[in-house]
Amino acid sequence: MDPLLIARLQFASTTIFHYFFVPVSIGMALTIAIMQTMYVIKGDDRYKRLTQFFGTLFLINFAVGVVTGILQEFQFGMNWSTYSRFVGDVFGPSLAIEGLLAFFLESTFIGVWVFGWNRLSKRLHLASVWLVSIGTIMSAFWILSANSFMQNPVGFEFAGDRAQMNSFGAILTNPHLWAQFPHVLLTSFATGAFLIAGISAWKLIRRHDVDLFKRSFRIAITVGALSAFAILFTGHWQAQYLVKSQPMKMAAAEALWENSGDPAPFTVFADINTEEKKNNFEIQIPYLLSFLSFNQFNGSVEGINELQEQYVEKYGPGDYIPPVTTLFWVFRIMTGAGGVMLLLGFYGMYASRRGKLPKNNLYLKLMPFAMILPFIANTCGWILTEMGRQPFVVFGLMKTEDAVSPSVTANEMLFSLIAFTALYSVLAIVTIYLFARHIKKTDHFDTDLPTASDPFDRKGGAEIVS
Amino acid sequence: MSLSEFWFILITILFVGFFVLEGFDFGVGIVSRFLGKDDQEKRVYINTVGPFWDANEVWLITAGGAMFAAFPHWYATMFSGLYIPLVFMLLALIIRGVSFEFRGKVKDQRWRHTWDWAMFAGSLLPPILWGVVLANFITGMPINQDKEMVGGFLQFLHPFALLGGAMFLFLTITHGLQFITIRTTGDLQERARKLGQRVTPVTIVLFLAFIIIAYFTSDVFTNHGQTFMVLPILAWVALLFANLYNAQKMDFNAFALTTVTIILLTGSIFIGMFPRVMISSISDAFSLTVYNASSGGYTLKLMTYFSIALLPFVLGYQAWSYYIFRKRVKQEDELEY
Repeated sequence: MDPLLIARLQFASTTIFHYFFVPVSIGMALTIAIMQTMYVIKGDDRYKRLTQFFGTLFLINFAVGVVTGILQEFQFGMNWSTYSRFVGDVFGPSLAIEGLLAFFLESTFIGVWVFGWNRLSKRLHLASVWLVSIGTIMSAFWILSANSFMQNPVGFEFAGDRAQMNSFGAILTNPHLWAQFPHVLLTSFATGAFLIAGISAWKLIRRHDVDLFKRSFRIAITVGALSAFAILFTGHWQAQYLVKSQPMKMAAAEALWENSGDPAPFTVFADINTEEKKNNFEIQIPYLLSFLSFNQFNGSVEGINELQEQYVEKYGPGDYIPPVTTLFWVFRIMTGAGGVMLLLGFYGMYASRRGKLPKNNLYLKLMPFAMILPFIANTCGWILTEMGRQPFVVFGLMKTEDAVSPSVTANEMLFSLIAFTALYSVLAIVTIYLFARHIKKTDHFDTDLPTASDPFDRKGGAEIVS
Repeated sequence: MSLSEFWFILITILFVGFFVLEGFDFGVGIVSRFLGKDDQEKRVYINTVGPFWDANEVWLITAGGAMFAAFPHWYATMFSGLYIPLVFMLLALIIRGVSFEFRGKVKDQRWRHTWDWAMFAGSLLPPILWGVVLANFITGMPINQDKEMVGGFLQFLHPFALLGGAMFLFLTITHGLQFITIRTTGDLQERARKLGQRVTPVTIVLFLAFIIIAYFTSDVFTNHGQTFMVLPILAWVALLFANLYNAQKMDFNAFALTTVTIILLTGSIFIGMFPRVMISSISDAFSLTVYNASSGGYTLKLMTYFSIALLPFVLGYQAWSYYIFRKRVKQEDELEY
């Protein structure tokens, strides 16, 4: 087998898996910090119990996110050493700063938070969960600053055959970073929020502690709906940017083979024929692609075949067309999932504020299934981002096929691919099992016994949490 | 001092920090399932590192990031060259990390037993592998003119490397046991001391053999002059005294001295490699050095500002977290988790 293919498979599978947990950590940390803030401000014990109930799930998720993250950082050097030599100067600092600024912060204060319930003052303990939340957000910023360099390399010059940083300011103000970071941040908030809302809905259907979980539902659905609404704009903004900076990516995501007319129609459905480089059949909405690309109802969008010629002229002979069918559909699945989240979010916010929620069983029954939507959308979004950049690993500078480690054999890579896939499968099963177990329990809080109201309390809590 | 030399020092410090801090985490992870007679006792042992292990591991992650940024060639050659050992290291670190979190979540004997094993295996493998890596740092590895490693991974498992693995494993066990003695009380503490009495002599012998063989077969301890041999010898002497203090129940002294041993051992190896960062066993000319493996001046300067601005805070709040949880872990405690 081809080592390049195995290395790509491993990077894709481990990264997608890692990214199931990352947005949950970012989103849940924020929502839990909000819950704990309400506890500290209002002095209402119900919010403390919510914080601890969802805190347990957060910690399980966080642990898997952390351990799969170590692999992410090592993998560049292990499987992509040529890439690492080429970009280390520009790409490495983001990772190093991420460690210094974000990882130390979140890992130290998560320990303080878990073990500090009875050892710190309320406010200091609250501060520790906010620091964890801030750590997760900063971590996203720095790793995206690294990814943005791969998408739109800026702030560097060539020194021999290596890229060398010459402007940190340019790295920090990379327009790709500022198109991507808000989008990733908000989708992460939505992911955590929909998870909490879905779990709360499940609890409400079964009438487990309704008074408690209608509160968590309301907080989560508010965060989720507002995030989903804002995502409309960050997504639109990012698409406009990409049409300019990586036109091939967007043309492929539209399966737009030839230059569009003016105004450009949006293709809802297409039967894509990659062999003949055309669509056999398509359903279109007029004007929409012009709006998505340029925020106005006119303007022609360049097609794949035209761009291929331009890229050949610019980067030399080669095939610069990414996998069109995949990109076309992941883009539609991503935006479709986002749209459904938006509707569910706003309906839920409206219903929970009007007090209609406990009665509306159909909606509540839908919400546990809706938990999957952000995961689908996130995964599709990253496939679009990373596959849409192919054949480049660093856009315009280095091709993926030139980036792989020459000293690692196909067999070694196959071994690691199998080993990591097997271990990750076990982790996935155990994580889902532990989540389900914790959610199904009804005895988190026995309100009759005052001593048991605190899950971390000596007598009541030891059994529950240990 | 040039900036690339400064970064070599900083990465050395990050590795020293990692070995010292995660060293006792590994040690605790290895012994807890044997020292603890029942579930509660095991939990006490595990909780001695409970609030800290995650942040301790970040020292490694940051060291990796710093190597990537400051010495891309070092990062690329080492991580791709040591591919298979690193795969095992990652597998171990992954199952160990989640076992802290998963273990307590289900009250079932088999479940806990499984994760106790995961923690044991996940704590056992990394120090062995790091010992092997350190030994190979000393002997050098087959790096060619293109800065690429050649030959399969079995070549890393020569006898001296295996000695290194055994030595480093025992060193972390000794270190972990000493950490337990300053974090527990009563019978649990006494058990760690007693096991220390049995384990540490082995560590002492392995350590001595390791530095003697390194002295005669490589230039690492004498690269900058014979006087530098003082460092590994002092490391060994510290270990001797740690053993004596342990016998006299002067736990803090003993732990301080095993810490000194790890600092001096790691320090002396990195100092001895300098100015090389990876020694080529094919030809001296192919060795990676702080000069031919480093990033450009701009990046190094930038990273220097960041590290000088941030490290004091990191050290400050990490130290603060140790202060917060300074109280010894007792069986009667609520063992939250």
